[in-house]
Amino acid sequence: MMRLPPFRYLAPKSAQEAAKMLADHAADEAMPVAGGTDLYPNMKRRQFTPRVLVGLSRVENSRGVSGSSNDGITIGGMTTLTRVEQNELLQTHYPAITTAAALVSAPVLRNMGTLGGNLCIDTRCNYYNQSYEWRKSINFCMKKDGEICWVAPSSKRCWAVSSSDTAPVFIALDAECTLVGPDGERRVPVKSLYEHDGIDFLKKKREEILTEIHVPKVNGRRATYLKLRRRDSIDFPILGVAAAIETAKDGTVEKARIVLTAVESAPVEADKAEAVLVGKKLTEDAIEEAASIAYRPAKPLDNTDLTNAYRKKMARVYVARALRELMRAEP
Amino acid sequence: MAEKQHLHLHVNGEPVDVVAPIHNTLLEVLRENLRLTGTKHGCELGECGTCTVLVDGEPVLSCLALPIELQDAEILTVEGLTEDGKAHPLQIAFAETGAAQCGYCTPGILMAAKSLLEKNPSPARREIEEALAGNLCRCTGYIQILQAIERAAAGDVGKPISV
Repeated sequence: MMRLPPFRYLAPKSAQEAAKMLADHAADEAMPVAGGTDLYPNMKRRQFTPRVLVGLSRVENSRGVSGSSNDGITIGGMTTLTRVEQNELLQTHYPAITTAAALVSAPVLRNMGTLGGNLCIDTRCNYYNQSYEWRKSINFCMKKDGEICWVAPSSKRCWAVSSSDTAPVFIALDAECTLVGPDGERRVPVKSLYEHDGIDFLKKKREEILTEIHVPKVNGRRATYLKLRRRDSIDFPILGVAAAIETAKDGTVEKARIVLTAVESAPVEADKAEAVLVGKKLTEDAIEEAASIAYRPAKPLDNTDLTNAYRKKMARVYVARALRELMRAEP
Repeated sequence: MAEKQHLHLHVNGEPVDVVAPIHNTLLEVLRENLRLTGTKHGCELGECGTCTVLVDGEPVLSCLALPIELQDAEILTVEGLTEDGKAHPLQIAFAETGAAQCGYCTPGILMAAKSLLEKNPSPARREIEEALAGNLCRCTGYIQILQAIERAAAGDVGKPISV
């Protein structure tokens, strides 16, 4: 039986109080927990053994969706993925967000898991998401307890995979998030939250709490998210593509965003492909050209489900499909 | 030494007091302290759904829930499905259609199905499949499970089964 390691549980009423509690402890001693759906399995496998858990469930005003499509919206970090998925304002004006939220795992897990948690989800790898005994039998890996990356043995860095379904969508929508620390808060683009390192994959300070996600006004931007996985009912992404465009009245693309997930240790923005689309109309030729460029930065390795060659190939296919969806949704 | 906590929970309509280490999950407290062993241990990692219970009517995974966060909530387990000693229509429908083979996934599926039917009394097949997406059955008996839920939803419990 896999049990949680023992810990003390603190229940702060505000994010700032939570940040202070985290700052009062050494790095590995205290961790924040929201829905627990990502952290508790990892604690059971002894990837994390914090002596103190700072539970965010009692933090006030941390749930819900406010704002409008004309002014932009704010989503509380502790909002469950189910509440995000079922929110009518989001369904109507930001369907890419509800689509991505609804594609995370299964309904029972989405009732517990939060949006903030999904944005901060631990990176994943076949050599890491295993029981303690399994990991010990291969002498561990550099992400936890070991020295080597089993996926790329000569690599100095860890290649565990960024596995958030919602992060690429928020990046494609130019969203920002609020990080609350012990002495105040700051607002950063969601894109700048991530680092290309499987171990230190979040650029926020460890004591900072992600309290809110801010999405700009719709302004005609259309967005979508497509996800590849073996079992459509439950699995993590082995490829995700978020795409968004803003077009002029005649259909000329003015802004384009193409963001891939689960192909690297951070979400990857295909900026060269985006540049190719700007100034053109979203025709079949333009889509094919963009897709042929967009999939190049994807670096799928042999550390998640299905083969890396297939996942790389599918990155091109999924980018084209996502853009075609936006073409068909033209206002 | 693990820190123990006095917990006040509401389980199956009754207030219960439990003293348990804080790091014990709801699943462990239900089974080991309250002896409610109808809720099953499966993967314990949030992948299989057999530990599903209802918290304020919503399905959650008891293997990933901390009791200390649920003291204001109404918890319902499979033991709480019966009323006045009578089986719930879903339970009867499962028996009638042979929806349980080894029976290990059944408690979790019953709870997920109960939550679904309360929100959506006549769900389409697709909606039942989506509601049960997090509940795995390794005996491959999904067809009978879906039929049982449709039977309970249609109020056909007790009627002859047409094959």
